[in-house]
Amino acid sequence: MATLILAPLATIGRSVMRLLTGVGRVSIYAGATVSHLFRPPFYPREFLIQLMQIGFLSLPVVGLTALFTGGALALQIYSGGARFNAEAVVPSIVAIGMVRELGPVLGGLMVAGRVAAAIAAEIGTMKVTEQIDALVTLSTNPLKYLTLPRVLAATLSLPLLVAIGDSIGIFGGYLVGTTRLGFNAANYIQNTVDFLEAWDVISGMIKGAVFGFIVAIMGCYHGMNSGKGAAGVGRATTNAVVSSSILILASNYILTEVFFSA
Amino acid sequence: MITLSDVHKSFGPKQVLRGVNLEVPKGESMVIIGGSGTGKSVLLKSVLGLVRHDSGMILLDGEDVTRAARDPFLARFGMLFQGAALFDSLPVWQNVAFRLMRGHLKRPKSEAREIAIEKLRRVGLKPDVADLYPSELSGGMQKRVGLARAIAAEPEIIFFDEPTTGLDPIMSGVIDDLIREIVVEMGATAMTITHDMSSVRAIADKIAMLHDGVIQWTGPAADMDSADDPYLRQFITGSADGPIEAVR
Ligand SMILES: Nc1ncnc2c1ncn2[C@@H]1O[C@H](COP(=O)(O)OP(=O)(O)O)[C@@H](O)[C@H]1O
Ligand SMILES: [Mg+2]
Repeated sequence: MATLILAPLATIGRSVMRLLTGVGRVSIYAGATVSHLFRPPFYPREFLIQLMQIGFLSLPVVGLTALFTGGALALQIYSGGARFNAEAVVPSIVAIGMVRELGPVLGGLMVAGRVAAAIAAEIGTMKVTEQIDALVTLSTNPLKYLTLPRVLAATLSLPLLVAIGDSIGIFGGYLVGTTRLGFNAANYIQNTVDFLEAWDVISGMIKGAVFGFIVAIMGCYHGMNSGKGAAGVGRATTNAVVSSSILILASNYILTEVFFSA
Repeated sequence: MITLSDVHKSFGPKQVLRGVNLEVPKGESMVIIGGSGTGKSVLLKSVLGLVRHDSGMILLDGEDVTRAARDPFLARFGMLFQGAALFDSLPVWQNVAFRLMRGHLKRPKSEAREIAIEKLRRVGLKPDVADLYPSELSGGMQKRVGLARAIAAEPEIIFFDEPTTGLDPIMSGVIDDLIREIVVEMGATAMTITHDMSSVRAIADKIAMLHDGVIQWTGPAADMDSADDPYLRQFITGSADGPIEAVR
């Protein structure tokens, strides 16, 4: 009888312990990475390559996501707004919704799928083929050579990706608004500009930086701790995408509380 | 001089090293033999600190390797990994010249490339492989690039993990000669893992046989054939019958 009650409790306890251990390990890993930021040697070439891989090559994905989201948002707000004769708010709500929430969150999630997976697979493969060990024997710290360039590139390029995504998303709303919903082009733009504040945009870009950091850290962490063989790398890749997506959504809530509540 | 005393290492419940004692004097070529999965690679990695041993001491020139400052310590070593472990994002020559392009050994790119091509030649590879990527090479060629990378910065201690596995007999001979040359000419200390008895004879000053987590037999290469240790005998003759179980 006692085991009937205790067994589920023990299972929950174990899961919680595992979760906390994981959080602790990731935090230590992230701290160690950041601590290398100002300590030479630096690897600028690796950084530039990652800027290209993570930032530039994510543009199409982030851009397309934003375009369609902006368009759908315009349709929704128009039909929702029609219920209390507030169709005119479409331009400003599309803009605010895009730059504060959907731009950073959807951009972050798309990058999590693309970049966290790629990083975890690459570093995981390096781990299981002993390339990480080889780096160490060649007097090169993997944290400096592999992790830091990726984390830095992602943290710096995500805000820019978010800004570009915001613009494309607003443009998507504009296209739908002017062609399907009968808005006047000049009015639409005027409405967008009038109601958007600098802080709306900046807060979204700060979110982007945090999400970029999360994506790269989770990709590197899971890659470095990859299990053996192809199966191990596969699991590391899945874990990197799932954990970074959840962390993005959770930290988005916390950041929104911090930025906009009261 | 590398000294291992009573080194233990387990992975979970699996005891791999159970009290290894071994001395590798400076400038000598030690060959480690033993069945697959007996922990030979783990032994080399423990010396380098890539694997943390659970107990016992590993000393390099009297200094505990776990306490040594990492950078100067690792700068003394070169290692060829069992699977070559080439960086697949870099072309062959940059793999070989990796140490020569960063850190305190950093030199101009053209010079690093020249040295890399010279090292490639020493392991029997033509200059035209320099610009290929590791994935474009056969396993045996990758192994030789790994060897070139291990010796590129002319380290004083070199570990070779199965340098001739996957090579044809002629190329094996070339690599055996090269390892011998490195020890004799550069005065390097070498630890080589191999299954190939002709390699053992070609490169060993001393031999150590690892079995069941301990050094079962060790001695000068010249004594190998007259030794009457049944484990060693079985290994040399490659017999399925003997104290070493064929099913592990
Ligand atoms: N990182 C590791 N994690 C768990 N087990 C390991 C690890 N490295 C080696 N082992 C185990 O240790 C044993 C010895 O491995 P190894 O040293 O590679 O053998 P070999 O003598 O063939 O080189 C094997 O059973 C292997 O599975
Ligand atoms: Mg091995």
